[in-house]
Amino acid sequence: MGLFNQTKPTPATYPPHGIRRWQQAWVVPLSLIVAVALWQVTAEVSRLPAFMLPSPVEVWSRLLRAVSDGSLVRHTWTTLGEVLGGLSLGMSVALSLGYLLAKSPTAERLLAPYIVASQSIPTVAIAPLLVIWFPGRLSKILVAALIVFFPVLVNSIVGVRSVPEELKDLMRSLRATRWQVFAKLEAPAAMPVILGGLKVGATLSVIGAVVGEFVGSDAGLGFLINVGRGQYDTALVFVAIMVLIVMALGFYAIVDRLERRLLRWRADPTRE
Amino acid sequence: MMADDAILVAHDLTMKYAGTNGGMPALERVSLSVRPHEFVCIVGPSGCGKTTLLRLLSGLLIPTSGRVEFEGQPLVGPRRRIGFVFQQANLMPWRNVLDNIALPLELQGVELETRRERARDLIELVGLQGFESALPRDLSGGMAQRVAIARALSHQPELLLLDEPFGSLDALTRERMASELMRIWSRRAVTVIMVTHSISEAVLLADRVFVLGPRPGSMRLEVEIPLARPRTLDMTYTREFGAVADRIRQAIESA
Repeated sequence: MGLFNQTKPTPATYPPHGIRRWQQAWVVPLSLIVAVALWQVTAEVSRLPAFMLPSPVEVWSRLLRAVSDGSLVRHTWTTLGEVLGGLSLGMSVALSLGYLLAKSPTAERLLAPYIVASQSIPTVAIAPLLVIWFPGRLSKILVAALIVFFPVLVNSIVGVRSVPEELKDLMRSLRATRWQVFAKLEAPAAMPVILGGLKVGATLSVIGAVVGEFVGSDAGLGFLINVGRGQYDTALVFVAIMVLIVMALGFYAIVDRLERRLLRWRADPTRE
Repeated sequence: MMADDAILVAHDLTMKYAGTNGGMPALERVSLSVRPHEFVCIVGPSGCGKTTLLRLLSGLLIPTSGRVEFEGQPLVGPRRRIGFVFQQANLMPWRNVLDNIALPLELQGVELETRRERARDLIELVGLQGFESALPRDLSGGMAQRVAIARALSHQPELLLLDEPFGSLDALTRERMASELMRIWSRRAVTVIMVTHSISEAVLLADRVFVLGPRPGSMRLEVEIPLARPRTLDMTYTREFGAVADRIRQAIESA
């Protein structure tokens, strides 16, 4: 016994990175302030008309107006709903199909040509068809789902296939059931890659919903951009774009959070 | 050696993998029999089918011909009463030490409290107190392999199979792990079959050593180790030890 006590390294502890985090916290707001200031100066010095380049001040007042008359909130909700619908639809189909394809070579041989062929058509090109076939918001949800589908599919196939053979043997030697192999081995082992797919998919679904709205709609941020362009209300276009950026960043941040939580076991403690 | 008091019997095992080596079997007509609570080692040159043999004995592989009987019943697949320790520790990186050890119990549906309690006993047995919530990435190779041994013991198997468990460890850790394994074996009523390529490890640990020849692996020699127990690392330098080790070496080299 005594021999073994001295072979144990003490569990590693890492100093907090409070100071570095504090410094980093300043970088983003600072660069943002600088960028907005440069924009304001450019708009004033160049004397471009507001429909060419509205100044930050003009965009801000347009934002306040759009918020106070309730239109911005309404259109944002519309787009957000389409994005969430598309994301969950695209994710769930891609994840289940990915699992099937990863587990069954026959299914892969049968379906792979269609899936790859479907990817050679830009989603933007199919969007008009979807808008004709499916009325209302469903078409936007479908465009978002389509755009999310492929990266998540590829990642889930890679994720399930990357489960180490030896761990499968272990589960077999312990007589694990199919469900246990899925829940206790395949799902957690594939989680890093699947979350990577979700990260890409979440931002892509925003693009998908807006593309759908461009093609034909009477609501949503994509619609708002169209309206702004038609009425030479360029400040409104800026407002809509900024809300879209915030939305995509928000999704990214949520998935990033999720990743940190779920993949704590994998995190490299020397980094960051 | 009577077949009827044996815990595990293998008759004429032959294993051919489809489409490899022009149909040359990995293992040819190997028979062996192991008594309850015996410590048996299988040695042989690399590529002789040691791992294949061990997998056949565990039920992970099914032989091309021949049969395995475990506790008098034909073995047709993995059994819960047989524990397996792989070459690599093979831990789940997202589970901490405690939950890795408790995995077999969890799969059997044992209650959380009961399995944690049993896992804690095992952590003590393998000397990893204080590391219950450590993740595999923070463990050294030797520690990880100790977790793997504890995991294989957690559902109290009758038979423990080890496939070169110390193969990836450095020489010093390896010696320590060997004496650790002896101690664990002497405290648990378990039969052990261990594959190794180290002759001295086999002689130090085993009651009997089976020697396999080069591919296609077949049984070359079966030696009873005459050394008294408890055994210590010092015995490695006795004349008896040297004589047995030499017999095994010659059996392997006379290919």
